[in-house]
Amino acid sequence: MSMTIALVGNPNSGKTTLFNALTGANQHVGNWPGVTVERKEGQTRYKNQVYTVVDLPGTYSLGAFSEDEVVAREFILTGNPDVVINVVDATNIERNLYLTTQLLEMGAKVVVALNMVDEAEAREISVDEKALTKRLGIPVIPTVASRRRGMDELMEAATAVMYAPLNGHARLSYGESIDRKIAELKNLLTKEDFAYPPGWLALKLLEGDAYAQSVVDQSQTLQGSPAYGRFWNEVAAHAEDYQLEIVDSRYKFVGEITKDTVRRPKVAVQTTTDRVDRVLTHKYWGMPIFAVIMFIVFQLTFVIGEDLLGEVMVTGVDYIGEVFESLLLAVHAPQWLIDFTANGIVAGVGAVIEFVPLIVILYMLMGFLEDSGYMARAAYVMDNTMRLVGLQGKTFISMIVGFGCNVPGVMATRTLESKKDRMIAILINPFMSCGAKIPIYLVFIAAFFPSHGGLILFSVYALGIAIAFLMGKIFSKTLFKGESSHFIMELPPYRKPTLRNVLRNMWDNVSGFLTRAGTTIFAVVSLLWVLAVLPAGVEPYGAESILGRIGLLIAPIFKPAGFGSWQAAVGLFSGIAAKEAVVATLGMVYAGVEAGTELVAAIREVFTPLTAVSFMVMTLLYTPCAATLGTIRKETGSTKWALFSAVYTFTIAWVLAVFIFQVGSLLGFS
Amino acid sequence: MKYLSLTSLHVGDICKVARIQAGRSATRRLYEMGFNTGAQVKVLKNDRGPIIVGLGGQKVALGRGLAEKMLVGIEQ
Repeated sequence: MSMTIALVGNPNSGKTTLFNALTGANQHVGNWPGVTVERKEGQTRYKNQVYTVVDLPGTYSLGAFSEDEVVAREFILTGNPDVVINVVDATNIERNLYLTTQLLEMGAKVVVALNMVDEAEAREISVDEKALTKRLGIPVIPTVASRRRGMDELMEAATAVMYAPLNGHARLSYGESIDRKIAELKNLLTKEDFAYPPGWLALKLLEGDAYAQSVVDQSQTLQGSPAYGRFWNEVAAHAEDYQLEIVDSRYKFVGEITKDTVRRPKVAVQTTTDRVDRVLTHKYWGMPIFAVIMFIVFQLTFVIGEDLLGEVMVTGVDYIGEVFESLLLAVHAPQWLIDFTANGIVAGVGAVIEFVPLIVILYMLMGFLEDSGYMARAAYVMDNTMRLVGLQGKTFISMIVGFGCNVPGVMATRTLESKKDRMIAILINPFMSCGAKIPIYLVFIAAFFPSHGGLILFSVYALGIAIAFLMGKIFSKTLFKGESSHFIMELPPYRKPTLRNVLRNMWDNVSGFLTRAGTTIFAVVSLLWVLAVLPAGVEPYGAESILGRIGLLIAPIFKPAGFGSWQAAVGLFSGIAAKEAVVATLGMVYAGVEAGTELVAAIREVFTPLTAVSFMVMTLLYTPCAATLGTIRKETGSTKWALFSAVYTFTIAWVLAVFIFQVGSLLGFS
Repeated sequence: MKYLSLTSLHVGDICKVARIQAGRSATRRLYEMGFNTGAQVKVLKNDRGPIIVGLGGQKVALGRGLAEKMLVGIEQ
């Protein structure tokens, strides 16, 4: 068993950057048991010793306010980390040290990584870390995680603390009267054997912490104890005051220890962030600028990913297909296997793989925006618009995440504090067009609108947002009435994105895409291929095959929308397993089709520009994939809402696709 | 000292948090983000949409509804 280091810190303190700097590529992501909060773990090596580093969720506090906070503090108290590294943003040291005081209260072994000291320097903020070390009684090590500065010193301090007994750390006072109450309560609590330190539990009880309360409520001895009952009778009248007094005491403590150890310039240095923000968050220009930035993102994605690299991928996939075929011929493989490889796997999975460059570019650009700090501004400028539809700016962040994949998009709604906001955000997230749907649009764009790719792609995304807003408005007037939660959001300073972070973010998304291509899509394509060639004797990929018959059965539903062919129906049907499967299936069922460009040619014969549009709208809006539905079920805690989501999105998609086709036909489009 | 709502301040004004009259959880959240009694706040933007304030070197955007419930005292 290696020793364990836990990382805690405020959001935007550079905790994740520090985690990456320590662990490099040695990390894996899982979930905490019982909740969907992400659990990141990695390994680091120091002086020939391997240490496990656990990245806890970023929080401002360690109360019971959100699931993130509970997860973080549970791990510190009961997960037995050997040392806790507390990442503190040197430019905002007072607020960050608030969290540190809570670590001290827990009696954890703590080392402070005073991060981003370079930015503090630029703003002429000086921190005397030696004096701070003395006041806190725990080591304070200056670091610049983004440039890997101070990592050795940090590990040295962390390992020293790890192997030494806990001593000398500062103790907080909450004022005479609260201190006395804590001591009294602690005495009562020691009678029972809790999994938590009694002093900490006493403090949390006085703070009105619901989780601590539920722990104590389970104790029979305490509940029956008259002394315990008497104690609470005395305290009851002051409970509310205690809460805020305890918070105030922590700030007072922080104020005292930073008074002469942290020095700021009299007049804050005017930073680039302030100048940039004057433009990007402007009351009139903010929104149009955001729209232009997003348009540029899609246009660039298209030009680089498709125009420059698309052809290379098509040729590559064709070549690999030919190599496989000649290999199989050389070993005299049975005809069905050759057929399966060429028309099933290469045509199906290959059609998906061809879009990898595009997805790489899109995620690099999105990662660039995220890393630069712009996304928080996007949420800010969107808050007004979101209020109009009964939502709030932060909801928009979960929507942007949904552009990547709806699974993390739905999960990102956890930062929303009101139940109403959260339910609506979950239900509208599938309208955010995810990365897996891009290949579908691209095939149709290549077939019918090759010279307006960026514009069409942008419009598709914009339509998704518009429908999400509309449904948000309807939901907030019907199913989920009431106030939206308050908008409180930090606007982190703009930073130059590092290539490392941009690439990592891209890879997190692309690897998921590739994994699905290799597993889910492969399985779906294999199954569909079998259905497409059976029963024996029928023309493969024909209407007489089992697949064709299934398609014919569903197809009439889509006739009013203009694409009543059995192939289109089967494509949409397979998209419920995973959206990438739509193109994979289309690639396979349009017989004789081997790769992207030829699929494009086949589609040009079956669809018209009008039906292409209605089909794109259908795929944009209809039932989310199985993984997303599963996440909706988990996050809402109800199968009912997952089913509701599946059905209502389909209905909206169908109605709109039919509307487009019917009105378009009336107007003379074809 | 006279207490004002944060939204009634102008850009550039520096004030101290006096009292927050929002719901319990919102008040607590604000406290924990550094808007505790006596915290110094500078108004950076107050026109349309959420108000942006500077707090201990950090920028924080607050919805107008919430900002209205934050009572502050102006420093002369």
